[in-house]
Amino acid sequence: MADAPGERAIAGITASDGLVAGPLVADRPAPAADRVAGTARREGEVLRGALERAAGELADLAGRGDALAAEILEFQVALIEDDDLVGPILSAVAAGEPADAAWRFALDREIAEYQAGGDEYMAARASDLADLRDRVLRAIHGGDADGPAAGGAGGILVADDLSPSRFLELDWRRLVGVALRTGSRNGHAAILARARGVPMVVGLGGAAVLPDGAPAILDAEAGRLVLYPGVEAEARLRDGRTRRAALALEADGVLERPAVTADGEPVAVLVNVDDPGLLDTLPVARCDGVGLTRTEFLFEGGALPDEERQLAAYRRILAWAGGRPVTIRTLDAGGDKPIRGVTDDGESNPFLGVRGVRLSFTRPALFRAQLRALARAAAHGPLKVMVPMVTVPSEVERVRALLAEVIAGLSADGVAHAVPELGMMVEVPAAALTAGDFDVDFYSIGSNDLVQYATACARDNPALIALSDPANPAVLELIGRTVEAARRRGVEVSLCGDMASEPTMVPLLLERGLRTLSVAPAQIGRVKLAIAAWRRGAAA
Amino acid sequence: MSGGDAAVGQARIDDPTGLHARPAVKLTKLAKGFAAAVEIRAGADGAWVNAKSPNAVMKLKAGHGQTLHVRADGDDAAAAVAALVALVKRNFDG
Repeated sequence: MADAPGERAIAGITASDGLVAGPLVADRPAPAADRVAGTARREGEVLRGALERAAGELADLAGRGDALAAEILEFQVALIEDDDLVGPILSAVAAGEPADAAWRFALDREIAEYQAGGDEYMAARASDLADLRDRVLRAIHGGDADGPAAGGAGGILVADDLSPSRFLELDWRRLVGVALRTGSRNGHAAILARARGVPMVVGLGGAAVLPDGAPAILDAEAGRLVLYPGVEAEARLRDGRTRRAALALEADGVLERPAVTADGEPVAVLVNVDDPGLLDTLPVARCDGVGLTRTEFLFEGGALPDEERQLAAYRRILAWAGGRPVTIRTLDAGGDKPIRGVTDDGESNPFLGVRGVRLSFTRPALFRAQLRALARAAAHGPLKVMVPMVTVPSEVERVRALLAEVIAGLSADGVAHAVPELGMMVEVPAAALTAGDFDVDFYSIGSNDLVQYATACARDNPALIALSDPANPAVLELIGRTVEAARRRGVEVSLCGDMASEPTMVPLLLERGLRTLSVAPAQIGRVKLAIAAWRRGAAA
Repeated sequence: MSGGDAAVGQARIDDPTGLHARPAVKLTKLAKGFAAAVEIRAGADGAWVNAKSPNAVMKLKAGHGQTLHVRADGDDAAAAVAALVALVKRNFDG
């Protein structure tokens, strides 16, 4: 192995903790171009076979039970079965065009048509078409048509960036981690990765050379990718994995036990839910309830959910929680979470724009439907309503009035309901500094946005990652003041941002008086261990 | 479209996001269940497209508040139009 490439470490940023090894697998590898076409008849068979194979793979993917992914995949299957789309391509092939060229030409033309007009939703569908184009091309080339999801078992996925829908589409039982050239620690894909415990390193650099198939160690502890690891790196990997396995075992041991500090003080550990599908694999005994439900999942992939669909989703979470409290956040669209037909995409600075409750006020019908569904669901369990992006007390009063109006309507109609507790998310510094002025039943600190606004660092800008430090004393001061306001008003306060899921941050939060943390499901064990190790008065 | 049994109908799209991926797929699946040729257009001036083609239906970009016109030609034309109109009216539910 004299000419084997030497070890090379590329520095990035940890977006989701872990330590794994495997060959690099490029996402959506470009199909090889050098294919020799057969006879017209043979090419027709090749295309039909490739379409059939693609449809089968898509059906398999859709069957995995992820609602958002299923919807995207269903559209792709429908396109394969679209005679108006596929018929002319088959005719072109029958007339002598190679299967791959005819398919690519027709799909590229469709993609261009979807992209024309600058419609964000159609552009997203254009990427669905591109997915389908590449999947069928891979099948025509006889390659691994499902890309890294089917092949490259045990591989580290490599891409420039990863969209949330692509993240959900990939099979994380087959891939061990993700390495992104750009990406962001605070982006939506990173949140999904942390929730599922998929190691992720971002920001490796746009020019990073990451050869497909190269052996690598993804060190998502130190935030780096080591290519062609040498003997010493392999030894460090083994030591690291042994250490992590011991820690995981220890974490597993505390998973289903109530969290207590070293002084014996109880701490409530709740979970954040971004997709109710995740609950199927999460034993409820591990947590004390749901501290944050991101209802944006209901709004992805097209149609806005009506009251009944929302009610069903909320009841499902309540049923899972089995009597434990469930906090549901009203729609928090805007910022880096645009929703077609809801958000205004013409804002010059969406993070400081009409988002969260500001947006809900501009969509009264949508907001009412959500409040109605929430009040109806509250009849089935301890449901709490949390309002995002509150800046001044009058916003809470306005929501309370809307909720009262909706509840009066439900009473008049004789529809079963209950009055849920109404709380606010504390993420705007102005709200944190004046928390005591808000008449709310509970506070929940949204640290991701609080950090972004307190440090003036856009959370989707990788260049500012070091500066957007959650341990910044100003952030901790805002958290401390909110906790103090809650104590004086005698209401509950929790923290549901990423800080709570980060074991090194947990001592800082306990130090500031927090005793309720809402964390990513995959981090429950490690957070409970961090709580158990903390002692009042010990240096953080 | 000519000859046989012809039928027409229309319904307003109430879904705030309009006729997007999921409703488009539902509508085409439903249309495919009928032998009749079924076409739709968005608004009275829109171009008619094949209601059995998800790609064509998607590209209509039929938005919230627009009226979807349905026409069908064939043995079960009336049933096809009734079914599609009902689907739009119940907001593509079920």
